[in-house]
Amino acid sequence: MASGVKPRVKVPKSASAGETITIKTLISHTMESGQRKDSDGNVIPRSIINRFVASFNGETVIDVKMEPAISTNPFFEFEAKVPEAGEFVFTWYDDDGDVYEAKKSIAVN
Amino acid sequence: MNMKPIAQTRASALAFAAALAFAAGPAVAGADDDQLIINEELEIVTETAAPAHLDGVDVIYSGWRFRSDETQSLQMDDFDNPAMVFVDQALELWETVDGSEGKACASCHEDVAAFKGLKTSLPRVENGELVTLTDLVNECRTERMGAEAWKYSGGQMSAMTALIAHQSRGMAMNVSIDGDAAPFWELGKELYYTRVGQLQLACANCHEDNYGNMIRADHLSQGQINGFPTYRLKNAKINTVHGRFKGCMSNIRAVPFAEGSPEFEALELYVASRGQGLSVESPAVRN
Repeated sequence: MASGVKPRVKVPKSASAGETITIKTLISHTMESGQRKDSDGNVIPRSIINRFVASFNGETVIDVKMEPAISTNPFFEFEAKVPEAGEFVFTWYDDDGDVYEAKKSIAVN
Repeated sequence: MNMKPIAQTRASALAFAAALAFAAGPAVAGADDDQLIINEELEIVTETAAPAHLDGVDVIYSGWRFRSDETQSLQMDDFDNPAMVFVDQALELWETVDGSEGKACASCHEDVAAFKGLKTSLPRVENGELVTLTDLVNECRTERMGAEAWKYSGGQMSAMTALIAHQSRGMAMNVSIDGDAAPFWELGKELYYTRVGQLQLACANCHEDNYGNMIRADHLSQGQINGFPTYRLKNAKINTVHGRFKGCMSNIRAVPFAEGSPEFEALELYVASRGQGLSVESPAVRN
């Protein structure tokens, strides 16, 4: 597992039915591009998060393919419509096969 | 209808242009009027009357007031503040045992919140020596933990000082400048006003005489350090005060003092005293 990886998400605790909310996600990750060389001239192997998916009650909200040019600690901000109470699941897929997951519930009032 | 003679109009236009071109001082495009409230609850003082010892400036402003709206907004919510990633890393370091004594920071200090207020009084004099937050951390590491000192601007030290300074966020800077501290403060003041390097500039030439003006593409601030350690977009990491001083000195083509040197520590005290009354913003976000 890549070291120092920590997913963070910010979702409002509640919303009214049908409301569009703003979601922010951040995951700490070095996002090594595979283009750099170390001090001895050897290529540092690529190690990035290559896919990010957010879903709500099993339905995909956003599915992002990520490429090596994306910076360290990728941050995503997007909007989602909340028709009912439920749970957001956020999943990040690492090059090394690791999968990081965060969940947030939201109530409807 | 305006019947002003043409010649007079042109003359006043020329005078206006000349005034723009030669205006010294902060009259042109100073700080903006934005207000900094973090996480919609913590009000930060970014503007206040200058401390009594300061002659050249009437009002002091946080560097936040000189940045673009986009950069400013990054500091208004901790989730958006990229520095908080490093603060989280430092929280892990806080709990990590290191050195021959088998201790972590948490072994003695328990909760880092105990350091609330510490940053406002640093640098300060202890036993006749001027000490910075960095010195205090390394003193603990070498003398009480039996661990190796961290490098001044290394990743661990800059994250740890950001975490500790963060505990004082929102509190007013209030360093002591008289008594034991006076000689250090005087040295810092002398350095601040001494022209150095190939460009023959002192700190004051930019940050006192010309704050608010553009230096090429950069909007000059007053060079306040109440937001340090600071995340900078240009290098995507936490930047230390002495690292920043070094950057400034290189820019004016002077040979910088070393990080942690007596000169920079004295300068840190003096510059901190120029910001008395501004809130600690650590970790701030700048470009």
